Amino acid sequence: MDNTEVKKIEELANQEYKYGFTTDIESYSLPKGLSEDIIRQISEIKDEPEFMLEWRLKAYRHWLTMKEPHWPNVKYPEIDYQEIIYYSAPKKQQKLNSLDEVDPELLDTYKKLGISLDEQKRLTGVAVDAVFDSVSVATTFKKSLEELGIIFSPFSEAVKEHPDLIKKYLGSVVPYTDNFFATLNSAVFSDGSFVYIPKGVRCPMELSTYFRINAANTGQFERTLIIADEGAYVSYLEGCTAPKRDENQLHAAVVELITLDNAQIKYSTVQNWYPGDKDGKGGIFNFVTKRGACRGVNSKISWTQVETGSAITWKYPSCILQGDNSVGEFYSVALTNNHQQADTGTKMIHLGKNTSSTIISKGISAGKSQNSYRGLVKVSRKAENARNFSQCDSLLIGDKCGAHTFPYLEINNSSAQIEHEATTSKIGEDQIFYLNQRGIDTENAIGLIVNGYVKEVLAELPMEFAVEAQKLLGISLEGSVG
Amino acid sequence: MLEVKNLHVSINGNKILKGINLTINAGEIHAIMGPNGSGKSTLAQALAGREEYVVTDGEVFYNGENLLELSPEDRARKGLFLAFQYPVEIPGVSNVNLLKTALNEIRKFHDEEELDAIDFLNLIKDKMKLVDLDESFLKRSVNEGFSGGEKKRNEIFQMAVLNPKLAILDETDSGLDIDALKVVANGVNKLKSKDNATIIVTHYQRLLDYIIPDFVHVLYDGKIVKSGGKELAFELEEKGYEWLKNGEEKVVTG
Repeated sequence: MDNTEVKKIEELANQEYKYGFTTDIESYSLPKGLSEDIIRQISEIKDEPEFMLEWRLKAYRHWLTMKEPHWPNVKYPEIDYQEIIYYSAPKKQQKLNSLDEVDPELLDTYKKLGISLDEQKRLTGVAVDAVFDSVSVATTFKKSLEELGIIFSPFSEAVKEHPDLIKKYLGSVVPYTDNFFATLNSAVFSDGSFVYIPKGVRCPMELSTYFRINAANTGQFERTLIIADEGAYVSYLEGCTAPKRDENQLHAAVVELITLDNAQIKYSTVQNWYPGDKDGKGGIFNFVTKRGACRGVNSKISWTQVETGSAITWKYPSCILQGDNSVGEFYSVALTNNHQQADTGTKMIHLGKNTSSTIISKGISAGKSQNSYRGLVKVSRKAENARNFSQCDSLLIGDKCGAHTFPYLEINNSSAQIEHEATTSKIGEDQIFYLNQRGIDTENAIGLIVNGYVKEVLAELPMEFAVEAQKLLGISLEGSVG
Repeated sequence: MLEVKNLHVSINGNKILKGINLTINAGEIHAIMGPNGSGKSTLAQALAGREEYVVTDGEVFYNGENLLELSPEDRARKGLFLAFQYPVEIPGVSNVNLLKTALNEIRKFHDEEELDAIDFLNLIKDKMKLVDLDESFLKRSVNEGFSGGEKKRNEIFQMAVLNPKLAILDETDSGLDIDALKVVANGVNKLKSKDNATIIVTHYQRLLDYIIPDFVHVLYDGKIVKSGGKELAFELEEKGYEWLKNGEEKVVTG
């Protein structure tokens, strides 16, 4: 390689860096605090069409009239909303040369989770060689999706490229007036995912944010909108089992799902944000609004979540069963350890005829944590023959933690069939000794019992996700029994 | 194989075992008999390493090694097996999953490869025949909803799969009808070899009609007050434990 050639390559590299998307956003960073001016700037940075800005401003003005809710069974210090930076350029991770420079504790966790070396490098920000080209993988995916007419793009891109779909569906399930945190999100959301599956198309692969380019650091105020048109099907995976640290303490995401006639969306989450240290210092406040609308007849929305992270988890992935014969499902494992708090569950709102819903919730509390299930089953006056089955189980490990169940029922149609089962159990020392006596150490014994307890829910996850989630549960419980 | 010397054990500060001496060699079956509260189950649990059973004095050597220094799981991995008097229910964990995990943990401990699915299945199907259990049983949760007899048969089944060197059967005969008793005894007899040893802890002589012990020890108030051959069991059955109580000062402690 001669000198001119080298120079050319350098030039090219510099050029790309100069004009690349990342450089662009990096040149903007907004001061902390929230005002109309800040929102205008966010919208401008993102080069949004006018309608988007108007929507954000309406949300902001409404937010000013709202008060932060305090009804959940969680405690946290007051949040000063003027101390938050609502738009900061993605922090450029310091590039490391090899995995040797990464915190060995983190690597140990990755190893236990069975995360590949390449993926470990990506997560920790180690420079990756050309052989592992995630961009080309993603591009290949995108192409095959495009051929089917599937749109899968960053939310900010969709706002510009598919404004009609955004106008039609954004806020149609979670309106900007919905609740304090959803309204805040509507005003300041940074980015997220947009998915549209056209009529009659079955998405051939699990869609995951994992494969999306430019998805980094949109965590704080994420906005996701997924539409399955008539007869369409999609399975969407959110999150990652690998632990992630984030400087932003408050996370307020909004996810909206819409299924039209005969369509189906399966939405799976594994949430493992930083839970804080053993004494309860630090950690993410994860205040999320997730809701799906089964608009069409025979449509189905299924939520599966494995929640192990965050200092506080506060979320209720819900289904509005509008279409006749529509089906809503909620499968949840929420694990809390140390000082973590979770108040999570679902709302199943039966509006159409012959609608049915299933709720399987498995809470696991260890350490000094508090774990609450809160769920609503509502059957409206016109919802003939609605059916619901709810099962809410709590498992306690140790005697300093708490498990709570708050089931709410509002039944306005006498044809409804509602079943509710609840159990509370404890991992007993006699169970652990029994397993010890068979050669299984205490950590594995707890893992065995916990995985037995949650297997109904994990069975709903896509295969490889389920395997990781299983390991994750074990790791999250490490040291929970002395 | 096992040498117990002057073993003293307390639970919550109450002295239960007050100086047990016992020697067990490979190939032997020992029966430990005694009335309720004499300390039979305490001996079984203490040997298995249950935390609440505090050893206050004495020593136990297992194949030349200080047993009391080993964790319960390491004792198990080195071939000590306890068939529980009251096997605990573990909802959500299937029998097959428990066995697979246990067997592979033990194999790993001995630097052996984990068994693959087919070899494992062949092994357990083979061992199931010993205790007359149905295959559907494998998928059920450990001991959950089992009858008393099923629980005890399950203990013997686990023992057959894990193939221990020293098995301790803690009142395995209690709560069994005569047919189940025969099944259990048959399982134990078939597993007997010159390389392993069995301790049968029992209140009644009944099980000893089907498993012939080489030695019988009588435990009374935390001590072994009499040892002998299998005929001692019959004598006990005939005369009752009162016989020992009355003649306590006359018997030679073993």
